[in-house]
Amino acid sequence: MADDQQLARTILDYIAREYADALQGTPLDADTPLISAGLIDSLSMVSLKVFLEQTYRLRIPDAEASAEAFDSVTAIVQLLRRLGVN
Amino acid sequence: MNDSKVVPVAAPAASRNQPSYEIADLRAALGLGPGQPFNLGALLSNRLCEQGHGGRLALIWENHAGLRQNFTFDDLRRYSDVWAAKLAELGIAAGDRVCLFLDRVPDLYFAFLGILKLGAVAQPLFSQFMADALELRLADAETRAVITTARHVQKVRSARPRLPALAWVILTDVKPETAPTLGPGETAMNAETAPARAFEPFAASEDTPSLLHYTSGTTGKPKGAQHVHGAVLSQFATTRHVLDLRPDDIYWCTADPGWVTGTSYGIIGPWAVGATQAVFEAGFSAQRWYEFIARHRVTVFYTAPTAIRMLMKAPPPGAELLASLRHMCSVGEPLNPAAVVWAERSLGRPFHDTYWQTETGAIMIANVPGLPIKPGSMGKPVPGIAATILDARTFQPITTPGAAGLIAFRPPWPSMFRGYFKAEKTYQSKFVGEYYLTGDRGSVDPDGYYWFVGRDDDVINTAGHLVGPFEVESALLRHPAVAESAAVSKPDPTYGEVVKSFIVLRPGHAGTDELKLDIMNFVRKHLSPVAMPHAIDFVDKLPKTRSGKILRRMLRAQEWGEPVGDLSSLDD
Repeated sequence: MADDQQLARTILDYIAREYADALQGTPLDADTPLISAGLIDSLSMVSLKVFLEQTYRLRIPDAEASAEAFDSVTAIVQLLRRLGVN
Repeated sequence: MNDSKVVPVAAPAASRNQPSYEIADLRAALGLGPGQPFNLGALLSNRLCEQGHGGRLALIWENHAGLRQNFTFDDLRRYSDVWAAKLAELGIAAGDRVCLFLDRVPDLYFAFLGILKLGAVAQPLFSQFMADALELRLADAETRAVITTARHVQKVRSARPRLPALAWVILTDVKPETAPTLGPGETAMNAETAPARAFEPFAASEDTPSLLHYTSGTTGKPKGAQHVHGAVLSQFATTRHVLDLRPDDIYWCTADPGWVTGTSYGIIGPWAVGATQAVFEAGFSAQRWYEFIARHRVTVFYTAPTAIRMLMKAPPPGAELLASLRHMCSVGEPLNPAAVVWAERSLGRPFHDTYWQTETGAIMIANVPGLPIKPGSMGKPVPGIAATILDARTFQPITTPGAAGLIAFRPPWPSMFRGYFKAEKTYQSKFVGEYYLTGDRGSVDPDGYYWFVGRDDDVINTAGHLVGPFEVESALLRHPAVAESAAVSKPDPTYGEVVKSFIVLRPGHAGTDELKLDIMNFVRKHLSPVAMPHAIDFVDKLPKTRSGKILRRMLRAQEWGEPVGDLSSLDD
């Protein structure tokens, strides 16, 4: 079972790599607001959702895929835990 | 849905008599005599100062980190003068295109007014556009200067070698320690720290070009819709009538000025009325949006159905957060009936849907205050607008209530666009006889309410932004695994529509889930998050006509569960 820090590291690395153009050097940690701060457009959230679904082999229901649930890596880890990722 | 029997949602009684839409009355209300020339930039900033109201609050600005700044109309006058003088000093002249490519920072608003004062043409672009999308629009407009920030300048720099008309890149957030990093043809400018300079506004007429807004069509590249200083008459009229905005209001329009709503009703209309605008430079968060409304006592709120549907996913706010709100409107895509009903139950009042386009420059059809709302209807044409539904084959007006056809308007009105930049044939193709064709299909019920049916072409309206399939397909061709593709719209519960791509792979590439994600990210990084396909199907071949044209409408119909129509031209 991956601990929260390992999960967070995997997601942080992915965001830093794939969203580098949007982040433009903004320092990133697990609590950095992503969508509410405008760093990542809410439409971009969709490709992040697909990444999580593929990586953790799960389906994130539309009702769970809110801007709040994706607003930081910490919130995403909590979402994954709620959905049974261990 | 087109159900004229739905129970009207209770709407507020008209707060006052309907204001006049007569040109002479509108001019008089703006302090303009008959035929008197005016400059839009000066009208929005200097006018109130000359009337002794320069100390009135024009802009409440706040960013996601909680930094707040207030600006008066006198600040607008002063800072836009500085911008106009700076641009003139750089050799930018009347008629030149100056691109605003920055987030919603205060200098965006000051520079917008300064460009107009100079007589140049403002070309606002959504700052989330990536390098390819940016380059295409700067190249087409032969843009002379780009105003941007450190966050976005790399995208400009990467495109610059292929933009021979681009003389200057102007950064608004250069600190003394980073100034040495400016390259050739780059300069720094911040209106708040620059010395004050008075500027005599360019003597514009109503027909002087003011704005170039890029919008997408089915074929070819995005096109620049040209607007003029005189468009303010339509925007002023509809702001005070449809948005019911008064000088003592605090108004929040969530649209980015990279899109037409963000200029017509996020800059021009409210400052023509003399109202205070609140700008939140932040992304979406339901709780933070509600708190923003409460903190600044926002009275009038204008947003988009996608944002409303995202609010619907969040817990409803406490009544105290929305106590200041008295009117709410929606724009950009059809507002589903459930959203109207939800808003009345959860926010205490309904959203009033409005309908218009980049090309029309101002609201054309609306649920004006006092008009009972039929949830799902876009309302009725505003005064002075001749709207109709045309038969798609004969282009004659349809008189049968409920029958679907093409939504069309009969020009002129002051904010009607004056052409597509360097695309006269495309512009002419938007007209049949005396009518301008919107590209949308709709119907009118027996009570005169208009109902949206769908697009009449292949353009995809995702989250209120138009995406041209050609632009997405062209970007996809640059991906090494893609041989050919078709982009169509697909229904989506949050965004209304999203982009779906059907892709034929090159030999040697397997259609894996990992490849789908890679292709999604490829489009997002090259064009924009808006254009990114949300769904991808790998197919052996695409449906085509015998002449080789992709039959997007067949793919689209499959996605929407609609009849595919006549397939006699389908090859094989």
